[in-house]
Amino acid sequence: MKLTGSKIFVESLRAEGVEVVFGYPGGAVLHLYDEIYRSKSPRHILCRHEQGGVHMADGYAKATGKPGVALVTSGPALTNAITGLATAYMDSIPLVVFSGQVPTHLIGNDAFQEADNLGLTRSCTKHNFLVRDVKDLAYTIKQAFHIATTGRPGPVLVDLPKDVTAATCEFTYPQSIKMKYYNPTMQGHPGQIKKAVAALLEARKPVLYIGGGVINANAAPEMTELAELMGAPVTPTLMGLGGFPGDHPLSLGMLGMHGRYATNMAVNSCDLLVAIGARFDDRVTGKLDEFSMNSKKIHIDIDPTSIRKNVHVEIPIVGDSKVVIQQMLDAMKSGGKFKGHPSKLKPWWNQIREWQDQHPLTYEQGPGDLSAMYVIDKIYEMTRGEAIVATDVGQHQMWTAQMYHFKNPRCNLTSGGLGTMGYGYPAAVGAQTAYPDKLVLAVVGDGGFVMTMQEVITAVENNLNVKACIINNRNLGMVRQWQQYFYDRRYSFIDLSVAPDFVKLAEAFGCVGLRASKAEEVVPVLEKAFSTPRPVIMDFQVAYEENVMPMVPSGAPLSKMLLV
Amino acid sequence: MRRTISVLVENEAGVLSRIANLFSARGYNIDSLSVAETLDASVSCMTIVTHGNDQIIEQITKQLHKLINVIKVTDLTEGDHIEREMVLIKVTTEPATRAEALRVADIFRAKVVDVTPKSFTVEVTGGDKKIDGIIALLRPLGIKEIVRTGRIAIGRGN
Repeated sequence: MKLTGSKIFVESLRAEGVEVVFGYPGGAVLHLYDEIYRSKSPRHILCRHEQGGVHMADGYAKATGKPGVALVTSGPALTNAITGLATAYMDSIPLVVFSGQVPTHLIGNDAFQEADNLGLTRSCTKHNFLVRDVKDLAYTIKQAFHIATTGRPGPVLVDLPKDVTAATCEFTYPQSIKMKYYNPTMQGHPGQIKKAVAALLEARKPVLYIGGGVINANAAPEMTELAELMGAPVTPTLMGLGGFPGDHPLSLGMLGMHGRYATNMAVNSCDLLVAIGARFDDRVTGKLDEFSMNSKKIHIDIDPTSIRKNVHVEIPIVGDSKVVIQQMLDAMKSGGKFKGHPSKLKPWWNQIREWQDQHPLTYEQGPGDLSAMYVIDKIYEMTRGEAIVATDVGQHQMWTAQMYHFKNPRCNLTSGGLGTMGYGYPAAVGAQTAYPDKLVLAVVGDGGFVMTMQEVITAVENNLNVKACIINNRNLGMVRQWQQYFYDRRYSFIDLSVAPDFVKLAEAFGCVGLRASKAEEVVPVLEKAFSTPRPVIMDFQVAYEENVMPMVPSGAPLSKMLLV
Repeated sequence: MRRTISVLVENEAGVLSRIANLFSARGYNIDSLSVAETLDASVSCMTIVTHGNDQIIEQITKQLHKLINVIKVTDLTEGDHIEREMVLIKVTTEPATRAEALRVADIFRAKVVDVTPKSFTVEVTGGDKKIDGIIALLRPLGIKEIVRTGRIAIGRGN
């Protein structure tokens, strides 16, 4: 039987097992929305801005491991969606985003709401497609999901001209797909595995440095087994938080620009650095020439371009983190060479403990202003590191990374690569869509929150009970911190004192608003929020000038941390 | 170091733009680029001449590989290969230099493809040195316009 392009779209999403689409209708996608209405499928969540919609799909994908799907119309909708695509691309999040396009005969004519969607998204997607013929539609959708979810995951855009969604053809959804020239390597090369295991055995001062790839590959259990077998310290990147239990005795917490003193010292002094699903980002390495200079390096990554991009690596292994770690574990366990290995790392641990004692991560909550770190510490205590926590970008993000010890993977939703302010709240909405009964927090700054706060309406409409914690210091804290340290406190346009009353705003949106400005109010506010079965916005009025420490100044080596 | 990289791509709309975009977005240099269909009309071959240190070249080949439409990437510089470029050179000549210009063309086995009373155009094919050589010799005689194809290259033997 012949189906319209719109019906094919709906049926293809059903065949892919898509549970929910985040979208916003418009002229070029009218046929699609009509079919969604008539088919009552897929479930559709109406975002209030396309950037928010794509961040929701991103949060959904991060939390579930399934591809996030968004649907936007042509022109301005697509340009709005670009921030979401770029965010997902930098963090390797599997998304399939469908955009409407003007009818094929108008493409290139500067038609109403026309944009060069392929051209605009080429550099912020893993791949993109324009479907010019309805006969190609089903196969293109199949390809899009395949590309988004395999290898190094990423967003894929499918551009759908309006006439293609109206045209008809026979529909069969391809069961499987074989792309001749796209075959990501999963298995590590046996020779390299052998070399890596020999290096692991030999090392007396190893550090396991793990990134978002461990979470993408669902390799957290293997990761824990590897660390425990070696007795080696583990440091996650911002994206890797939760890839190894944050409260595990072997965890050193995050490394890099705002990493702990002991962690950065360990990375810079180790004799073997094992990077797994991490990419030696500048926020991690600091000054490259002086980064972990005396260590041998093993780098496991599914994306060959990540290897030797920034740092020279002695033992590169291209492959899926989960598969490669399992290969290493198999080799390590045969012959029992690693029995009792942890005791050999005792002197190394003594050194690390010494560094930890020298400069522990602390804060003081005195009688005066409320400390943001105190708030985040209480959030951690009350949720025991088990909540899904989305953050925005800035100081609150770093404090969350430092103090919220994520126990499980897929609970830390943050924009690590692109650093997108406004990501946190909609990402939390996306995660809450997937898990309506889980506790989902959006820890956001007062700057980032207002960038996408229209999505509170989406949360209210769909009874998505996101608990937003605004760490409200009435300024752009991270920018202010840099201006304090490197621009002699010339605070240029960071003041956000003129802002809405967030409690009243919450009420205006139709959700619950709560406020705490003293330390003793924090726990009661959190308790009230967590027990309220509605979306809540909490306004934590914290100190104006609190800093994220330690801090590696931009361009400085990791060893040159500012500690106060 | 200069490298000649041969890239087989699926012959689809926008592929050239993907490749060009990759180079510009990551700050790699394209010294020349030529592209046309292969025997199989669904596949095009691009010859890209670029330069950079070993690490950059390694990244360029890996990044090219990563593009979904790219079938095969070969760094021809690593093996024995043949490079050719074709150039059309329009020379304006005074009667006094005309014979000299034609002699130069003849020495380089360039073909005269267009003649007018005041100019002639030659077609010359060859490697880098030959092309640079004829340009150097014709320049003082009056080159009016020059159009180069960019290099194409093929590996020797199998």
